[in-house]
Amino acid sequence: MFNKSFIEELLKPQELYSKKALRTIYDRLAHASIMKLNQASMDKLYDLMTMALKYQVLLCPRPKDVLLVTFNHLDTIKGLIQDNPALLHLVDETLRQLIEVYGGLSAGEFQLIRQTLLTFFQDLHIRVSLFLKDKVQNSNGRFVLPVSGPVPWGIEVPGLIRMFDNKGEEVRRVEFPHGGNYVTAPKEGSFEVYGDRVLKLGTNMYSVNRPVETHTSGTSKNLSSQAQQSIAPNPLAKEELNFLAKLMGGMEIKKTSGPEPGFRLNLFTTDEEEEQAALTRPEELSHEVVNIQATQDQQRNQELARIMGEFEVMDQPRWSASKGDDLLAMMDEL
Amino acid sequence: MVAADSEGPSDPGVRMFRRQRSIPLRGSAAALSNNLSVLQLPVCNLTHFGVVHGPSAQLLSVAPEGVPLAQRQLHAKEGAGVSSPLITQVHWCALPFRVLLVLTSHRGIQMYESDGSVMVYWHALDSRDASPVQAMFARGIASCGHFICVGMWSGRVLVFDIPAKGPNIVLSEELAGHPTSVTDIASEPAQEQDCMADVVTADDSGLLCVWRSGPEFKLLTRIPGFGVPCTSVQLWKGIAAVGYGNGQVRLYETSTGALHVQINAHARAICALDLAPEVGKLLSAAEDTFVHIWKLSKRTESGCTEPSLPQVEHCHGECVPDTQVCGARFCDPSGSSFAVTGYDLAEILTFSSE
Repeated sequence: MFNKSFIEELLKPQELYSKKALRTIYDRLAHASIMKLNQASMDKLYDLMTMALKYQVLLCPRPKDVLLVTFNHLDTIKGLIQDNPALLHLVDETLRQLIEVYGGLSAGEFQLIRQTLLTFFQDLHIRVSLFLKDKVQNSNGRFVLPVSGPVPWGIEVPGLIRMFDNKGEEVRRVEFPHGGNYVTAPKEGSFEVYGDRVLKLGTNMYSVNRPVETHTSGTSKNLSSQAQQSIAPNPLAKEELNFLAKLMGGMEIKKTSGPEPGFRLNLFTTDEEEEQAALTRPEELSHEVVNIQATQDQQRNQELARIMGEFEVMDQPRWSASKGDDLLAMMDEL
Repeated sequence: MVAADSEGPSDPGVRMFRRQRSIPLRGSAAALSNNLSVLQLPVCNLTHFGVVHGPSAQLLSVAPEGVPLAQRQLHAKEGAGVSSPLITQVHWCALPFRVLLVLTSHRGIQMYESDGSVMVYWHALDSRDASPVQAMFARGIASCGHFICVGMWSGRVLVFDIPAKGPNIVLSEELAGHPTSVTDIASEPAQEQDCMADVVTADDSGLLCVWRSGPEFKLLTRIPGFGVPCTSVQLWKGIAAVGYGNGQVRLYETSTGALHVQINAHARAICALDLAPEVGKLLSAAEDTFVHIWKLSKRTESGCTEPSLPQVEHCHGECVPDTQVCGARFCDPSGSSFAVTGYDLAEILTFSSE
């Protein structure tokens, strides 16, 4: 996935992908490994990814912060592939490319990028259990936009009117009630290859110690910390998604001749439920709750453990030239 | 809903606003700036609303009490390109003898009769100017006398000469004054002797250009930006009211370019400004979910021969919970009612203080 020519292709100036095109790429990436996904689970995984990304783009304090969100993603990936220097190098190279392409864009250009990205997510209101529990999403599927907490970097806390005379001297200051509860931004996130991003959007949603993104006043703070304890994610769910990330980091694509050595990822509580979901999936992706809590299924636990025992990290991603070309060619067609 | 009134200006017409009946939209509003246009028709007691959804825009006519009567959808003209082009803005332009509806997109400029029924003019973006890296689009629409000005991604402002009736619209001039994409244009009828400026154009770098309209537009003043995009601009009695990407509203005297008022008004980028010129009310809306109403006035220092100083008072603040506002307009000339659109919201929210 971090293959040089693939990244170069991604970073070429181009129009926003259509929803169909993005879904196809996502399917291909998910299946370019030993992992198998039933259609229904694939749909749910895609919904989760889409809503998480919508949340991140919408809640970005400044339009330029979409870049920091991307850097958070890549920093987290780097944390998972520490023992693979060749792959680390590829990801660092991706970071450098992103900085080169996007680092110099103006605030106005980032505003246009953010507005364009938001057209992709328009009218998607799928409810995600994690977001509902964290109270960052309402039951109608819309995200909470907090009116408290730090203002974005470069913005002043609202509430002040300053008036100047013809010589430019300040002659009067008046405060007005602005309705929010804002404080100054602490510091700016880093746009270098290495650095403190400050922004928490784009970090691992499932890490137990993640900070609550929404800032609340005194009493509600207690409520949200209680809520955090009660939704400590099932460690197996965490393991599965970390494993997924590991897989997409690059590994040998095994051709299966005999019995399937791969493992099947099921995002539902039972196989029957998964089948049922596949049959009843509505046309429009609305009012579905994506539940990412893993099962207690003994069989799957054992299977996962067995595979992780067998797993060998390859030095080089076996992203064969023909496979890469296929993907790029496919993207050209769409 | 959080509403905040200031101590109280002397004007009794500015008081508590109440939420009125919402007007449903066929499609949600797109995350753009200035994404609401309102045409008030007091004679027939109707109000027209225009909202951009994406590749289409919706026009609504609404009777009093918010009862929707008719609606129409307009689409961006295709032209060359792969995907459906996105519309950037839709805006009614009131001219001396007619009203035209102007629609700007990533392909060009479309002009319609005011009800959107007939397209009277199409101007395609010049593909010779195309850059492989930059997106091309038209954005920023204002009428001035018998001219309609439209901004471009390149920074140019196209000036169209509009006849009293019929489709014989002519591109009269291309103004060069902006190094980056135009964001918004404002105009007002030329009033007092010393208010010669009647058009202000703004861009992504925050630069403002002040013009006097005519067969040849004349650039009078340039007001430099400060690295933040100007997202919306209004013009009132020679005062430019400007909204920025850092949530500030600034008032400049256009004849001198001097900054007179700086308001830390919002915690996110401002998406729209509107004016009720008869009463000097200004409306600011931003992505921080808030809408604020301000009262502008000009105070003359006694014995002073210099231009009088713009003053501003805060009148009212309204929070639209969990909504990234993208457009806001006054709905009547006295500024006692206003309408708001938000990203992903398939309705127009209305507020009234009457």
